[in-house]
Amino acid sequence: MYIAGIAAVLVTMALTLARAFMGPTVYDRILAVNSFGTKTVLIIALYGYFTGRPAFLDIALVYALINFIGTIAVLKFFEYGDLGRDRPSSLDDI
Amino acid sequence: MEMLLNGLSWICLLSGGLFVVAGGIGLLRFPDFFTRLHAASVTDTLGAALILLGLMMQSGFSHASVKLILILGFLFFSSPTAAHALAKAALHGKLTPFVKR
Repeated sequence: MYIAGIAAVLVTMALTLARAFMGPTVYDRILAVNSFGTKTVLIIALYGYFTGRPAFLDIALVYALINFIGTIAVLKFFEYGDLGRDRPSSLDDI
Repeated sequence: MEMLLNGLSWICLLSGGLFVVAGGIGLLRFPDFFTRLHAASVTDTLGAALILLGLMMQSGFSHASVKLILILGFLFFSSPTAAHALAKAALHGKLTPFVKR
């Protein structure tokens, strides 16, 4: 049964990877990479259960944290062109 | 009881896989960024929750379940936050939503 879950997640990873390569805008690529990271968390957890080593869940947990931080960092870079600057105080220009 | 739990775990894993694949297809085929974001983020949350729930039923009350709950809680908060940040960044980057003409 884990094989079915792993197969489904692998198919989805292929689809997201295709979108990451095709994506017309940079935001499409970031979305695809973020989605790919979530799928990686799922596949690590599933694979750990499949091989009978649930200790893999620690790696999945750390990967979830890193994935979120990475997405936010890349987004901030593309939104403001800089990682160190503060956010603008007004949101009128959106 | 064991069989019931096993069956429920099966159902959760399979439906979670189905949701995840549906999200992947939506991410590939929808016409513009915001629709793709919608497809990916919504199904991501439910699919991941169902798959982790299925795994949780396999291990019962144990350390593994606690770790799964931690992963689930984190994904539950971080996935919508990342989707919101993406939508805000895309609007900020002068991307206009697709509307029917």
